[in-house]
Amino acid sequence: MNLAITELRRRPGRFVTAGVILFLIATLLMVLGGLSDGLNGGNDGAVRAQPVELLVFADTAERSIVQSLVAADVRSTVTGVPGVEAVGALRLTQLGARRDGGDPRDLIDVSVFGTELGVLDIAQIPAGEAWADRRLEELGVDAGTTLLLGPARTPVTIRGFLDDTAYLAQGTIWVDDAAFAALVAENKPDEVLADGDQQVLQVRLEPGADPSAAAAAIDAATGGTETLTRADAAAAIEPIDGGVLQSIIIVTTVIAAAVVALFFALLTSERLGLYGVLKAIGARNRTLFAGVMVQAVLLTLVALAVAVPLTIAFDALVPPDSILFALDPARMATSAALLLLASIVGAALTLRRVLRIEPASVIGTAS
Amino acid sequence: MNTTPSNSSSNASLVLDGVRKVFPTGDTEVVAVDDVHLEIAPGEIVALVGPSGSGKTTLCSIAGGILTPTSGRVAVAGTDISSFSAKELTGFRQQRIGFVFQSVNLVPFLTARENLLIVDELGARRRADARRRADQLLDELGLTDRAGNLPSQLSGGQRQRVAIGRALMNQPGLVLFDEPTSALDTKLGDQVMQLIHTEMKARSTAAIVVTHDERITRYADRTVHMSDGRLASAPLAAVH
Ligand SMILES: Nc1ncnc2c1ncn2[C@@H]1O[C@H](COP(=O)(O)OP(=O)(O)O)[C@@H](O)[C@H]1O
Ligand SMILES: [Mg+2]
Repeated sequence: MNLAITELRRRPGRFVTAGVILFLIATLLMVLGGLSDGLNGGNDGAVRAQPVELLVFADTAERSIVQSLVAADVRSTVTGVPGVEAVGALRLTQLGARRDGGDPRDLIDVSVFGTELGVLDIAQIPAGEAWADRRLEELGVDAGTTLLLGPARTPVTIRGFLDDTAYLAQGTIWVDDAAFAALVAENKPDEVLADGDQQVLQVRLEPGADPSAAAAAIDAATGGTETLTRADAAAAIEPIDGGVLQSIIIVTTVIAAAVVALFFALLTSERLGLYGVLKAIGARNRTLFAGVMVQAVLLTLVALAVAVPLTIAFDALVPPDSILFALDPARMATSAALLLLASIVGAALTLRRVLRIEPASVIGTAS
Repeated sequence: MNTTPSNSSSNASLVLDGVRKVFPTGDTEVVAVDDVHLEIAPGEIVALVGPSGSGKTTLCSIAGGILTPTSGRVAVAGTDISSFSAKELTGFRQQRIGFVFQSVNLVPFLTARENLLIVDELGARRRADARRRADQLLDELGLTDRAGNLPSQLSGGQRQRVAIGRALMNQPGLVLFDEPTSALDTKLGDQVMQLIHTEMKARSTAAIVVTHDERITRYADRTVHMSDGRLASAPLAAVH
């Protein structure tokens, strides 16, 4: 028999209000997390999908692929840096795509990547093949569909789909660098680069090489590049919402802590008599305080146990092309941990109140 | 005048030696207990009688380690608790003292039996022993068929009996009863006092029973009067 748990079981009514509020906050946190991932998650997928450790940008490019231009001689310098196993070119352009035979006004904006060292586990995209991000499948493109790209209506046939390779919330199309050069020549003559020049270099390291040391070595050797690890390059992409959802999530977490703090402060003031008597008969402060903690944590776990399936149901009900909502187990676990932390912090704020209760002031007063 | 207890009294269940308690209130102070000397032998039941505000509750709180005296010495069964820290006092109360308070102070969401077991939960955690002891106490107190009831389902007398059982759970050497019958009518009050007398005597447990009802004193071995924080021996005590 644990006092705190017994009270929760026998007097659930006392905890309903706080439980419902916690459940609503839990659901809000999960949905906000899903929206943030839905909105921003399709932002840097193309960078995270690079099958290399490092990306080399021109140091004037502010870590942007389209603003970067790396000259031909830089590439050979990078190739000579110790620890570098292979160097490839990564290029990007934005084009409109139409379905062959479809309505000409039915235009999908896509980011087209030319990649020399492949994408995800495709080591090298074979000449003439094109792979598309899963988002295009959700927009109704099937494997085998021929898309006409850009004003020149250059045909590419989609071989299959890649997961989590979107860029700036757009679907992507991946081709090898020769196909990419041809596409740009036909559709964006002003973006044609001088022979050997590239936008960004992909750098694959030898096994065991230290990425940050290699990055520093590359920048030292070239004198005009900013070399980033894949994670840093992904993180350099601004969230589409400018971090607004992330801010709302933080505020919501703080509110959760405040709600728990207020609730248990109120509950503690209702329990002055009970705590006074328990202290008089030998209850340690630690025991009483642990009881408050246990109740806060259990209440939060129950709230989460209701909120999680509800969020999963919400995700299942939302059509993929309406709201950008992505349910990620890791994100849900983070939200749950955040809420638990908030309740623990909130409940901890009652420590002073519990300590202050004097058994002598509670007993001996006739009620 | 009281005399200072000699060292030979170290086997006493309670020794209060020159105990004084002052409460600061605003810019003045209240002397709630003033130079009290009191010694209680094992198994002795002392009635503490006095008007409201005379310091009875304060004295019991000091004797039971709920309050520390402003000055003076408190020893329970030979242990001097005068200089114990709050934490030490908590442990001491948990192991050595039984309390029955003026108002009924059971945990409202626990059954009668669980209100007894809580004492073990807060302390030694000898679960099987505690369960046996709780059942035995409930039986002695005539509460066996009420063991599973919540306090709200019990009468005032039954609740006070549960409180007595709780006070005896840790096998204390000293039990402090603060007006245990004030919420009960005369008949129930008599029953509860009879029960207290039986239980204390059966265990040779010392007790202070605070009351302002002179009739209660016949259940005590000795009556001590208190007024304005000071003890005065009962008028009849001089005859002994
Ligand atoms: N915590 C306290 N702070 C200030 N004064 C107190 C406190 N506790 C008791 N007193 C005062 O001490 C005196 C004795 O109180 P108490 O021991 O409760 O008397 P009794 O139990 O005999 O009615 C009273 O004047 C009371 O107002
Ligand atoms: Mg009193």
